[in-house]
Amino acid sequence: MSLSFLFYLTATIAVASAIFVVLNRNAVYSAILLVLCFFALAVLYLLLEAYFLAVLEVFIYAGAIMVLFLFAIMLLNLGHEDALPKFMYLQRALSVLMVALFFFGIILIMLHEPGVLHQPGDTFSAGGIHVLGEALFSKYLLPFEVASLLLLVALIGTVYLAKRKI
Amino acid sequence: MVVPLEHVIALSMILFSIGVLGVLFRRNAITIFMSIELMLNAVNLALVGFSRYYNSVDGQVFVFLVMTLAAAEVAVGLAIIIALYRNRQTVNIDEINLMKN
Repeated sequence: MSLSFLFYLTATIAVASAIFVVLNRNAVYSAILLVLCFFALAVLYLLLEAYFLAVLEVFIYAGAIMVLFLFAIMLLNLGHEDALPKFMYLQRALSVLMVALFFFGIILIMLHEPGVLHQPGDTFSAGGIHVLGEALFSKYLLPFEVASLLLLVALIGTVYLAKRKI
Repeated sequence: MVVPLEHVIALSMILFSIGVLGVLFRRNAITIFMSIELMLNAVNLALVGFSRYYNSVDGQVFVFLVMTLAAAEVAVGLAIIIALYRNRQTVNIDEINLMKN
């Protein structure tokens, strides 16, 4: 089994699970399928030689974020979503139209600029944790520190919002 | 590279479009949040593909920062949804129309 075949297989799994996440009315099934989608994306990162990010994808998204989602679903006691009121159908038709326009617009742009994207590089040396850490702590030190500040602000904000009485 | 860059970008666009459709289709605020996560992941995939294509680590640093942002966003967003549920007993976004009238 060649690696490109594995890429297309995983891409199919990712797209199929993403479609079911969107179409499913039960929030718990959506969450479980979203975990499947994140695992497929982690495999895609591995195939694109971003090894550390594949590990992070499983840790942060499939681990931390989805556990948070499942806890929220449990706390809110969400069951089946009810059927739509009438006026929503027009909105759905319009949204499909807009997304189709966006999609085919970008496909057209990609077909019109074949000179930019045609020749993949053959060697790659920036996938490991060593190179990433070096870039993170030298060239991107300020964004790294700002990200840690953002996490602190999110922590304080979450504790404040989740208090019983605001 | 395993596949041409165009295929990675096309996959990323398909996932992003599915995420946009989810935001526009669903009424449940939690599912809308999941669709936003899907869109962030689609952009991450495009960044990883470009990082591989240009043999540079910069795209992966961006993905790292986007993941940090997604974690912070989910924590705050779910706290807001839970606070909303306490006040209105619903998470259906068409029933939360306090500022409409």
